[in-house]
Amino acid sequence: MNAALTLIARDVRRGYAGGGAGLVCGFFLLAVVLFPFAIGPDRAVLARIGAGAIWVAALLAALLPVERLVAPDCESGWFDQICVHGLSLPLVMALRIAGHWLAFAPPLMLAALVAGALFGLDGLGMARVEAGLLLGTPGLAALAVATGALTAGLRTAGGLAGLLLLPLALPLLIFGAGSGDMGALKLLAAVSLMLVAGAPWIAAAAIRSVRD
Amino acid sequence: MILALSQLACARGGRLLFTHLSLTLAAGEAAVVTGPNGIGKSSLLRLAAGLIAPFEGGVTRSARMALMTEDLALDTERRLGEALLFWTRLDGLAAAGERVARALETVGLARLADVPVRLLSTGQRRRACLARVLAAEAPLWLLDEPGNGLDGEGVAMLERAIARHRETGGAVLLTTHQPLAVPGAVILPLAERVPV
Repeated sequence: MNAALTLIARDVRRGYAGGGAGLVCGFFLLAVVLFPFAIGPDRAVLARIGAGAIWVAALLAALLPVERLVAPDCESGWFDQICVHGLSLPLVMALRIAGHWLAFAPPLMLAALVAGALFGLDGLGMARVEAGLLLGTPGLAALAVATGALTAGLRTAGGLAGLLLLPLALPLLIFGAGSGDMGALKLLAAVSLMLVAGAPWIAAAAIRSVRD
Repeated sequence: MILALSQLACARGGRLLFTHLSLTLAAGEAAVVTGPNGIGKSSLLRLAAGLIAPFEGGVTRSARMALMTEDLALDTERRLGEALLFWTRLDGLAAAGERVARALETVGLARLADVPVRLLSTGQRRRACLARVLAAEAPLWLLDEPGNGLDGEGVAMLERAIARHRETGGAVLLTTHQPLAVPGAVILPLAERVPV
């Protein structure tokens, strides 16, 4: 239990270090602000596309930390030491997902309140978006960690991360943007759970192949 | 017996590096693996640590181990003491802070405990890696080229640390291409084991 907390604390600290969480939130808000410029100031239209725009911005913002989630630890031999300490790699990656989520999701959900106000979402609409983000961001964090592991050590990791993560995140986007409907929320939770359950194994396998 | 390598064969990148390598290390014993670059010294250590699978043969360990490689594996933005404390806390053993302080004292880095790892020199980083091994207080040490980057005083400190570890019942498997004083150690000249 102490080892788990130590690992999560390290990942949370690294997530916030150097303004990492602030950068994600800043990018998210900037991406959200672009929509009214492109679509126009019609409040009814903006309120209608608000949830979808927030989710698109969230997906794009999720790409930012991918390159530093796993690759630096692969390069520094950190995972070798983890294995020498007898810790299970899938468990360590599950904890990394938890740590990344703690550093990524709460600031994003706070920034989403500002984004919702920009789009003129009412209280109910905002609550639905926040509920969607609460359910969907664990899946997004899992995808980011798995993508970071799959692209670790590749020279074109940044571009590949986008090509891998965005298509796989489509179900989250579809059900997240439609989170006004209870059925969509349930499906969003199911997809998120599936990603959280599978990503640690994928990430661990990818790291093993890099280490070998 | 702390470590037993039985009829090990190692293949890397489609190339057979060595075969039929057997070794047993009990408490107080040490083995020094020598040989030219690329012959498989580091691979042998990674096999012993369980980081890679052998082509043939088996590895048996009966105790906790600590590994020192060329890689730093420390968070460079953190202070040295905190970076080492992370690894000792993972072991879940008591008095992690005291163990780190003792290890830093032994390797001569106690005064740099509050300095960020990124500011350490190459030699100081090697000493930091050795401090992690010391702080782990594991019976089995696996050291890959531990003398690299160390000055004369650093090498002497390393030799003293190895000797003290063996006196207290530890075992050491190390690779080196430079002379290291490890009295009574088994010498494994890896080059002779490569099949033609």
